[in-house]
Amino acid sequence: MKTLDNHPYIPATAAERVEMLRASGVDSLDGLLGDIPVEHRNPKINLDTGLSEQELSELFNSIASTNASPSNGYISFLGAGSYQHYIPSTVRSILQRGEFVTAYTPYQPEAAQGTLQVGFEFQTVTCQLTGMEVANAGMYDGPTAFAEACLMSVRVTRRNKVGVLTTADRRLTDTFVAYSKYQGLELVEISPDITEIPKDLACIAIQSPNFFGAIEDVERLTTVAHSNGALSIVHVNPTALGMFKSPGEYGVDIVTAEGQPLGVPMAFGGPYVGLFACKKVHIRQMPGRIIGRTTDTQGRVGYALTLQTREQHIRRERATSNICTSTQLMGLMVTVYTATLGKQGIKDVANLCYQKAHYAASEIDKLNNFSIEPRGTFFHEFVVNCPVPPREINAALLKRNILGGLDISDRSENGMLICVTETILKHDIDRLVSALSEIGSSL
Amino acid sequence: MTITIDANEVDRRLLMDRSLAGRRAFTLPGSDVPEQSLPDSSLLREDVELPEISQLEVIRYFSVLSQLNFSIDTNFYPLGSCTMKYNPKINDELSSLPGLSDIHPLQPDETVQGAIRLMKDLQDDLGEITGLPGVSLAPLAGAQGEYAGLLVARAYHASRHDEKRTIAIVPDSAHGTNPASAAMAGLEVVTVRSDEQGNVDVENLRELVNEKTAVFMLTMPSTLGLFEPNILDITNIIHDAGGLVYADGANLNALLGLVKLGDLGVDICHSNLHKTFSTPHGGGGPGSGPVMVSSELAKFLPTPVAEQTDHGYVLSQPAMSVGSINGFHGSFSIVVRAFAYIKALGCEGLKSVSENAIIGANYIQSKLKDKYSIVADRYCMHETVLSAANQKKRGVSGLDIAKRLLDFGIHAPTMYFPLIVEEALMVEPTESESKETLDHFIAVMRQIDDEIDRSPELIFDAPHELPVKRLDEVAAVRKPVLRWSPEG
Amino acid sequence: MYPSDLKYSKEHEWVRMNGNIAEIGVTVFAQESLGDVVFVELPAVGSSVVQFEKFGEIESVKAVSDLFSPVEGTIVEVNSAAIDSPEVVNEEPYGIGWLIKVELSNTDQLDALMDATSYESILQ
Repeated sequence: MKTLDNHPYIPATAAERVEMLRASGVDSLDGLLGDIPVEHRNPKINLDTGLSEQELSELFNSIASTNASPSNGYISFLGAGSYQHYIPSTVRSILQRGEFVTAYTPYQPEAAQGTLQVGFEFQTVTCQLTGMEVANAGMYDGPTAFAEACLMSVRVTRRNKVGVLTTADRRLTDTFVAYSKYQGLELVEISPDITEIPKDLACIAIQSPNFFGAIEDVERLTTVAHSNGALSIVHVNPTALGMFKSPGEYGVDIVTAEGQPLGVPMAFGGPYVGLFACKKVHIRQMPGRIIGRTTDTQGRVGYALTLQTREQHIRRERATSNICTSTQLMGLMVTVYTATLGKQGIKDVANLCYQKAHYAASEIDKLNNFSIEPRGTFFHEFVVNCPVPPREINAALLKRNILGGLDISDRSENGMLICVTETILKHDIDRLVSALSEIGSSL
Repeated sequence: MTITIDANEVDRRLLMDRSLAGRRAFTLPGSDVPEQSLPDSSLLREDVELPEISQLEVIRYFSVLSQLNFSIDTNFYPLGSCTMKYNPKINDELSSLPGLSDIHPLQPDETVQGAIRLMKDLQDDLGEITGLPGVSLAPLAGAQGEYAGLLVARAYHASRHDEKRTIAIVPDSAHGTNPASAAMAGLEVVTVRSDEQGNVDVENLRELVNEKTAVFMLTMPSTLGLFEPNILDITNIIHDAGGLVYADGANLNALLGLVKLGDLGVDICHSNLHKTFSTPHGGGGPGSGPVMVSSELAKFLPTPVAEQTDHGYVLSQPAMSVGSINGFHGSFSIVVRAFAYIKALGCEGLKSVSENAIIGANYIQSKLKDKYSIVADRYCMHETVLSAANQKKRGVSGLDIAKRLLDFGIHAPTMYFPLIVEEALMVEPTESESKETLDHFIAVMRQIDDEIDRSPELIFDAPHELPVKRLDEVAAVRKPVLRWSPEG
Repeated sequence: MYPSDLKYSKEHEWVRMNGNIAEIGVTVFAQESLGDVVFVELPAVGSSVVQFEKFGEIESVKAVSDLFSPVEGTIVEVNSAAIDSPEVVNEEPYGIGWLIKVELSNTDQLDALMDATSYESILQ
């Protein structure tokens, strides 16, 4: 195998390499590799040769074009944790700033004031949306934030049973189970109607809107939790917070959310960013990075990472979490998105989602073979009871370039979870409704 | 009264302090559906306190803030163990292509064949590069990859009814996530010493292994930037005791095409795509930390794994999977970028990456070791750990040197890590940097050493040229201010 | 630096006896090596402590240390000043920067502690 010269990503020339090797006191690279067992050095690696940028572009364009997406004519009614929203041009524009994109974690605050101030803004936005006192700079995604919130309730209460409502997304509980597998904890499923809980429960963890799209009675459940010394955790959809009361108003202790709906592309599931907020009193048990405001030696305002002793690089095996990222770039997208939408825009987008979803639900409910499962007030997702297994409906919809709702027949008989956001036009909803009507009558 | 405006002052006011009622940066379309009745008003909120500013102000605010950052695009960033290499622009462009950035994670497999195939191809490439063919791209960062790997190790022992194995042995030079992840996986952490050459103390390791050893976690190359010369003995010792060997692949940038971890007896490793495979760090994420395992362990991998079947590509759950460690399938748009990087370099290019990274680090080490001491006088891999112990004796700490470097537009090396080196300055130049840049860095480091005796105040008071001087981190903890509030 | 009327442990805590009540804090050496103290976590009044075992934590910006009780007994008072304004631990470690007061179950255990001279000798 020959060594490649002059790849665009590698500036050293052959002559410079020789010069640097000689300065290091060796004649060839092998002189530097003496610690690698010789019998395993320079193995055969079965990979293709490199492509030029143009070839790369052609290859990826052809890969991308094989996927069904809104950009090649498909309408999608999928939600369930990842949501299609319009992303303003400001978000895409700021995301071009290499100074944000190619910086590292702000360990040298003097050289990272941009990242740090944005992180402080992100914490502010998280607090304003959720109505909470403090927030961290971001978690990996919604489900990991939720799992970490459950673990945090265990640390705060020193109890080892975690209560999660039966109406929560299994992606949330599955992540908690994977996170807590060896922590000696027990997961207790709790009905949303519960009026009393076991005394040894660390928390009641609620998803609202829940997996089925419906708003839970967070206020009542929080009272139940508190009357037994447990914490109340709520996992929210941040878009819904443009219209529905914030968990902070109900006295909730920890709030988590999937930040993706706030300006982050769906991108086949990631990367996203988890929002994490709590009451100030619990801050030392909060996982993740936290940015604080302070001053420099001349009294000027500046920002720096703070409360770092909670974290793995200091507390090691006794840290609040092993996390050492805050998914800062997605946090930037959320911050630009919310700054762009502003006070009015966040209301408008929530209202549009609500209006369109409710229109879709009412039209589908009029069809002969389909009905809307009554689950109370919903935001922009709802369950349709189909006459046949939803996978059959979805297969027929796909032929009409429609990606139907999520098949949730494992949780609700012949149930299909449909999501409608502001990106869906009335025309698209009408197309779905008439397609369902056709499919239903051909059964 | 005269108000003096400082010409260099950057307007640091927060968004909410710039807000003026009625201003807008964006409008949404009107509703095109018949008006629907709203839910009971007791469920609804009044306003969300978000800023009201113009679109230009949004752009200017964030653009100006960005200029307060050091970044790879603008600065030499030799931050050890972080592999701050060039992040190719084409990768950002490709990951945001329609058809990749706008697909939903729960679409039926048949509608996302291109995406799943891309995942499968990257799995294969990572398996080939590391010699560990079982791959899951699910972990969202190195620490998650590490945790996933430890779950795999525990599942393996459990499948053999060998559940008494609850100890993770970790070198004293390990990164903090190693013990933190081990604790999350319910493992007790036992520390093995490093010897005076910076290697694992093999005799100490022999004393520590026993029938309770679940896993030995080793960073390869080590956080000292050294390749462990006794690696074959080490993996044998662990295997003979019935344990597994976990390699933290944070430093994989030193090994591409030069050695496969699987060939050395490693059973499990993770790789940080945001280090070795050039995806942007984003100021602290997103990351991606795929986990690679031997074929024997593949059935325990976290969900999902991309597979090729007779009916096309599918995302599937391995037979005895440790489960889902996050919401969906991993950091897909990071995966896209890493795959583009591997495709752009190819087999020869990847090898050249590691070769040049190693040559550059040794060049810096050889040019600075007379001024800044090194742990052992031996060649390093892709990074060198310098010690400012000599400088400390003359009254200047590693921190002071790091801050002074910022004045020269050079980001500080990783400081005070690994913990076993006094006044450590861990320097990783990466293959992306030209010899001119390395020479400049060397010259600056020598000049700073000179300044200690000539003009130490330049160093103590550094940085001089940045938007802020040293910050009061003590006050930030004692009286935390963590968000904007109307009171300021 | 190390008052002669106090007893010391090798974990850098000091004890001042007042009847059978032991006032406990950290030494000048401990607070100097830790740097600016930013947080102190102390147990509740009424809980018991075991000699040479952990009773709390003390933190600087970038370090955490366990606090080990030099004596065994029941906590009768914790210093809220140290919790609210941790800088007092740096400023007056033997005065208003004390941490807890413990009612001793027996005073024999004090024999396991050092006087100022022996303590200073282990710091060399």
